[in-house]
Amino acid sequence: MTEPHAAKPHLTREHLLGLLREMIRIRRFEAKCAELYQAEKIRGFLHLYDGEEAVAVGVEGQLRPGDAVVSTYREHGHALARGIPMTAVMAEMLGRRDGCSRGRGGSMHIFDAQRRFFGGNAIVGGGLPLAVGLALAGRMGGGDGVTICFFGDGAVAEGEFHESLNLAALWGLPVLFVCENNLYAMGTALDRAQARTDLAVRAASYGMPAAAVDGMNVVAVEAETAKAIAAIRAGQGPFFLECRTYRFRAHSMFDAQLYRTKAEIEEWQKRCPIRSLSRWMEDSGLVHAGEVAALEAGIDREIEDAVAFAEASGWEPVEDLARDVMASP
Amino acid sequence: MSAGTEITYREAVRQAICDAIARDGRVFLMGEDVGRYGGCYAVSKGLLDEYGPERIRDTPLSESAFVGAGIGAAIAGMRPIVEVMTVNFSLLALDQIVNNAATLRHMSGGQVGVPLVIRMATGAGRQLAAQHSHSFEGWYAGVPGIKVLAPATIEDARGMLWTALEDPDPVILFEHVMLYNASGILPADAGPVPIDKAAVRREGGDVTIVAYGGTLAKALAAAEDLAGDGVSAEVIDLRTLRPLDDSTILASVAKTRRAVIADEGWRTGSLAAEISARIMEGAFWNLDAPVARVCSAEVPIPYPRHLEEAALPQPAAIAAAARAALGRP
Ligand SMILES: Cc1ncc(C[n+]2csc(CCOP(=O)(O)OP(=O)(O)O)c2C)c(N)n1
Ligand SMILES: [Mg+2]
Repeated sequence: MTEPHAAKPHLTREHLLGLLREMIRIRRFEAKCAELYQAEKIRGFLHLYDGEEAVAVGVEGQLRPGDAVVSTYREHGHALARGIPMTAVMAEMLGRRDGCSRGRGGSMHIFDAQRRFFGGNAIVGGGLPLAVGLALAGRMGGGDGVTICFFGDGAVAEGEFHESLNLAALWGLPVLFVCENNLYAMGTALDRAQARTDLAVRAASYGMPAAAVDGMNVVAVEAETAKAIAAIRAGQGPFFLECRTYRFRAHSMFDAQLYRTKAEIEEWQKRCPIRSLSRWMEDSGLVHAGEVAALEAGIDREIEDAVAFAEASGWEPVEDLARDVMASP
Repeated sequence: MSAGTEITYREAVRQAICDAIARDGRVFLMGEDVGRYGGCYAVSKGLLDEYGPERIRDTPLSESAFVGAGIGAAIAGMRPIVEVMTVNFSLLALDQIVNNAATLRHMSGGQVGVPLVIRMATGAGRQLAAQHSHSFEGWYAGVPGIKVLAPATIEDARGMLWTALEDPDPVILFEHVMLYNASGILPADAGPVPIDKAAVRREGGDVTIVAYGGTLAKALAAAEDLAGDGVSAEVIDLRTLRPLDDSTILASVAKTRRAVIADEGWRTGSLAAEISARIMEGAFWNLDAPVARVCSAEVPIPYPRHLEEAALPQPAAIAAAARAALGRP
């Protein structure tokens, strides 16, 4: 991978520690979710984000409170990086009433309207048109807000992807399309799904500027995002950012991973975004191992608190089953 | 009677696919993750190795394109089995199904038929939340130009596919997600089964319970419960949702004089509503009680188990409706 510092020379120690901390926070949150899934406290589908943390952290660190985020079913990391309290996310995972979606949505449907986090979406490609509309409204309202739209490489095959890119480009809307290219859509490798695997050229065909970045390098992701968002805020229309990354775990908890080798996974694990950054910081004398351990201990306490909060939270009463189908009078 | 073997519903569907591929060189299976991944519900595990990528064809996430391509291939003489992972994603292919598959024969004045089979998983019960728990069989059953099947038994899972492939018109097969792990005895001489008749799965004289797909087992459980109270319920498995086998339903109601319909679709505009209307039209003077419907609550299916269970038709509610029809609440 590219050296973490290469893209942006003026990084402070505090800033880098913040990035490291946020990535570790997501990784450990996911580990806890896997554990809770085994314990059957989390049910349904569970899609973990291990390996891709640099994307959420690198991109969302560049957002302002007024910006909007649209995500996928692999969105716990996006939600945490957006600042949704871990307690509310964990309670949602367990389906409790204090979850950020009152427990109705679960793992794939984390929402926080106040933080302009418009959901985990379980339909591949389903979020892209929403992002276009959020950006349209933002521009009609006269602000300089940006809408971030996360989606996977699999979504690039959907019509909604192409329709949305065209619409955003045609109307010059402030959307940052962030493709998390982890090389697989469930068991389908990118080169078995795309006639052309260079995804950034798709944007070019809609006249949209695009960049591809090492998605295992949080500093590089951050630097590209900063440039893209500056251009978008300056009124230059949408931007397409392809983050080249890899999912370390199975697609979901039901995946036997027949479609890839252990060796391939191990090869990518060597490029772990967390280990790369912490090792580089240690080598550069910016952090020592003891500090990282302390960081981890603090995160583990936060996670334990989140689990305790979630388990103490009640269930929505059955009498309220039909609540929130429509606005209440 | 031959002994047979105990197999799962999943295995029965797999055998049906293998049988069809072996019988007819024009048959091929196409869909998302049917090959390398082995099928999202593991139905086609191992088939890629057995039959190769021409006949077990992985597609990108492009529901509209590959369903439409299946229509085109069927017109041109192939016999595609298109797997749409789940009914939830079939909404992205709805235009192809309703505007092409269902209309071409008629619009072309009988020149262009579409001998296509589409399979998809349907239904709720696995805590997958709102976007992954739909039951749209009833919607599809409202469209002239297609046949709609809901195999609820091992024999039908094994036998309906071949009959569907021999049909000159498009056929959609709905496999309920809660059935894949169910097992039962497949008779040694099991083969193709008719797709134009409902089946009486349990005989009784006091009340008719009409069910299909995911509600059949629940209806049978309700009938068992009612038997404990001395109520003899007849359970009809619709099997084919379009065209409906009115005569089997009406004959049963003429005998029992009471009907309860168990349908996982939302109540409004449900298949249960259609059947209720047909009973009213065809057996009004035989009825001793209003026709009752046990449907899903009109709410997007929520994630937590207790709310999901409350949203779906359950044996207790079916039995209660039957008792009410008998005036024995
Ligand atoms: C329209 C639609 N089709 C199929 C699925 C089933 N499905 C869920 S995730 C997935 C793979 C998506 O891959 P990608 O977009 O690359 O995201 P990743 O899981 O790699 O993050 C599939 C096929 C779905 N949810 N929605
Ligand atoms: Mg992917």
